[in-house]
Amino acid sequence: MLGKLSLSAIPFDVPILVGTFLGVAVIGLAVLGAVTYFGKWGYLWREWLTTVDHKRLAVMYIILAIVMLFRGFADAIMMRTQLALAYAGNPGYLPPHHYDQIFSAHGTIMIFFMAMAFMTGLLNLVVPLQIGARDVAFPFLNSLSFYMTLVGALLINISLFIGEFAQCGWLVYPPLSEMQFSPGVGVDYYIWAVQISGVGTLLTGVNFFTTIVKMRAPGMGWMQMPVFTWTAFCTTVLIMASFPVLTVTLALLSLDRYLGMHFFTNDAGGNVMLYLSMIWTWGHPEVYILVIPAFGVFSEVTSTFSRKPLFGYNTMVYATCSIMVLSFVVWVHHFFTMGAGANVNTFFGIMTMVIAVPTGVKIFNWLFTMYKGRVEFTAPMYWTIGFMITFSIGGMTGVMMAMPAADWILHNSLFLIAHFHNVIIGGVYFGYIAGMGFWFPKAFGFKLNEAWGKRAFWCWFVGFYLAFVPLYVLGLEGMTRRMNHYDNPDWRPWLLIAEAGAVVIALGIVCQLTQLYVSIRDRNLPENLDLTGDPWGGRTLEWSISSPPPAYNFAVIPDIHGLDTFHTEKQLGRRAHNKPLEPIHMPKNTAAGALIGAFSFILGFGAIWYIWWMAGLGLIGIVVTMILRSANRDVDYYVPVSEIEHNEEVYSRRIAAAQAAE
Amino acid sequence: MAHEATMSPLAHADDHGHDHHHETPNVFGFWLYLMTDCILFGSIFAAFAVLRNQFAGGPSGKELFDLTNVGIETAILLFSSITYGFASLNALAKNKTMVLVWLAITFVLGLSFVGLEVSEFSHMIAEGNGPDRSAFLSAFFTLVGTHGLHVTCGLIWMAVLMVQMMGPQDLSQRMMDKLTCLSLFWHFLDIVWICVFSFVYLAGVM
Repeated sequence: MLGKLSLSAIPFDVPILVGTFLGVAVIGLAVLGAVTYFGKWGYLWREWLTTVDHKRLAVMYIILAIVMLFRGFADAIMMRTQLALAYAGNPGYLPPHHYDQIFSAHGTIMIFFMAMAFMTGLLNLVVPLQIGARDVAFPFLNSLSFYMTLVGALLINISLFIGEFAQCGWLVYPPLSEMQFSPGVGVDYYIWAVQISGVGTLLTGVNFFTTIVKMRAPGMGWMQMPVFTWTAFCTTVLIMASFPVLTVTLALLSLDRYLGMHFFTNDAGGNVMLYLSMIWTWGHPEVYILVIPAFGVFSEVTSTFSRKPLFGYNTMVYATCSIMVLSFVVWVHHFFTMGAGANVNTFFGIMTMVIAVPTGVKIFNWLFTMYKGRVEFTAPMYWTIGFMITFSIGGMTGVMMAMPAADWILHNSLFLIAHFHNVIIGGVYFGYIAGMGFWFPKAFGFKLNEAWGKRAFWCWFVGFYLAFVPLYVLGLEGMTRRMNHYDNPDWRPWLLIAEAGAVVIALGIVCQLTQLYVSIRDRNLPENLDLTGDPWGGRTLEWSISSPPPAYNFAVIPDIHGLDTFHTEKQLGRRAHNKPLEPIHMPKNTAAGALIGAFSFILGFGAIWYIWWMAGLGLIGIVVTMILRSANRDVDYYVPVSEIEHNEEVYSRRIAAAQAAE
Repeated sequence: MAHEATMSPLAHADDHGHDHHHETPNVFGFWLYLMTDCILFGSIFAAFAVLRNQFAGGPSGKELFDLTNVGIETAILLFSSITYGFASLNALAKNKTMVLVWLAITFVLGLSFVGLEVSEFSHMIAEGNGPDRSAFLSAFFTLVGTHGLHVTCGLIWMAVLMVQMMGPQDLSQRMMDKLTCLSLFWHFLDIVWICVFSFVYLAGVM
């Protein structure tokens, strides 16, 4: 009846988990209680949970990403603390069984549920606004994608309190992840969480690709697209080309585990290296799926705050596209030590080094954008400059490891860990936070606090170097990744410094929370309010409408005459349009996405625990909901002209008030 | 109204010489999805290519495959593409009854294909040559089974569309889009099957 599930699956004997559970339960009950107390359930359901509005989905994605950042960071600081303690006679406070789950969960959560969710959130918030569209191509699928991501995140976090998580790293390499060596439910939690959220990501890719191809405002040719939209476009191509490979790879692993097949087993002809090749065929493009939109953010931020058009728009576009293509021909550099032979390794080593060229082009473009500009040092600009320094260092250590000979020494050492955190924190995370600060006023109508933003930056920047430069040294000294105890006295000081770095980063996160709190508290102060919808003197279309924008974004779809049309028109003093207003066709809210998400959860949980009636129920629920949704004809409505006129009038009055205040 | 179909492609078919089935975001989006599905099949083909000689002492394709059976399967599936084509032609002519008739014929053909495949599988499993016998058989069952699963999903979709089409209403633009998407899906599965037939069965027997 309950498959593998029994009371013994709940880890009462691990005090850390019981404490965490109590904490989560108390916070959860407090949130639910507050929503009930203020009578906000109806509001929450109508305005948020059933929404198909890309801007609101964006906010929900980013909230999810921030919550997952806490979870992922808690894992990180636990690992650093373990290694600060577990020297010689001291076993530390985390037994290997627990420690292994923590490093597996840290990577999985940070990549799939922090970074991917944050990236998708930024795409949702910005892309339709930048191309002058009223929504994405498939608004319902957009809501469904969000719920798929959410369900994946829920499953992975439930593994904390019911059962266990995978103990074989964030990419669950076989044969360790096979039934023979991992008979528990940990790997199954991983598989179902990643598979369900992967479907959501794939749908996001199709959705945004279609949106960008089909729904640009009239006159916006390919080379008039804002750079962030270009990067979003390249990312969706990578998603569509690589996520099916991940789906297949994990499906084959599940077939091994559930049906006793032999794709990656040690016996009966299975091939472990097939798994490595397949997972990295997805895995390397995945890195670029994350970082390319961050490059887009930096481009927008640098040109806006340098008060100049982006230097080398064309080369930026070509560089982005080159990276997109090259990202598919470098995957073997993740396992040079496999022994594919000198020729194969040489090819992949050279291709890897070649990627540094378009990336270098980008760095110079940003530098030349700043050169002779009147640079305004806002918090997003701090993150951008921090990125340029940090990412360049990370890129150079990457080129070092692109040499197969060097990689044979550095493979799986802490040098590698330092390298990819160097590019992921310095590139991806700094970029997303810069983007959040940059577009926050667009989403909410007020700015984030600058002082706390800069404090957060300094803590992250300094903390990053303290935490990860020691790992480079440790890697060269021969310390491998995923150890939970060591005896070498030379390593200890470096691990203590790294622990201090993690603490400084924790302070950075505290600063970011404080920044959110202070910004919300002071949102009505005149210097924080964004009345004009254009708080930074922006260049692209999203700044031409009110903050927050109305549900339909644009009362009148703008005509585009070139790159940065909005900025050109501001310079010429032409801002008002005189086209007649028409009723706007919009999609209605729907609960179908949430329902399919709920059934996916039931399917996933049932399959993880071998509760087959439950899994079947989930599957039937998904299919029936989809059929009912496809039969529903009441999916859209028209916004009447009177309502648009009213919104436009309010917006004009806000602009007038802002001008009067100046 | 950028997010809705700005023109009805099939109604304007005569005005435009070019391929008029790819005008709405729906059909375009579905076509993109098919390309991702193509990569999905490509990955399974790659896995099959790596594992195709890993018999682990078990039987090889030569000993297992019955080309007559596979030939009949192939004929049925290819023929079902033609019958779906007739359904599409009738949809363009707005002849709903004939659309339903041809879809029903396509459905029966698709169902027979799945039936033959299931019997082939159960026969092999009964003889102890199931997917857990060797890496080669794992890859074989997964590749052929994934195709069969797709055909089954196509059949469910076809049945749903047929039910939705019944009743007095005319073929709406939305329904035309759905028929076009399913048509793409159905023909795509044919192409995949031709690859399965060539690279799995023929190459396995030769």
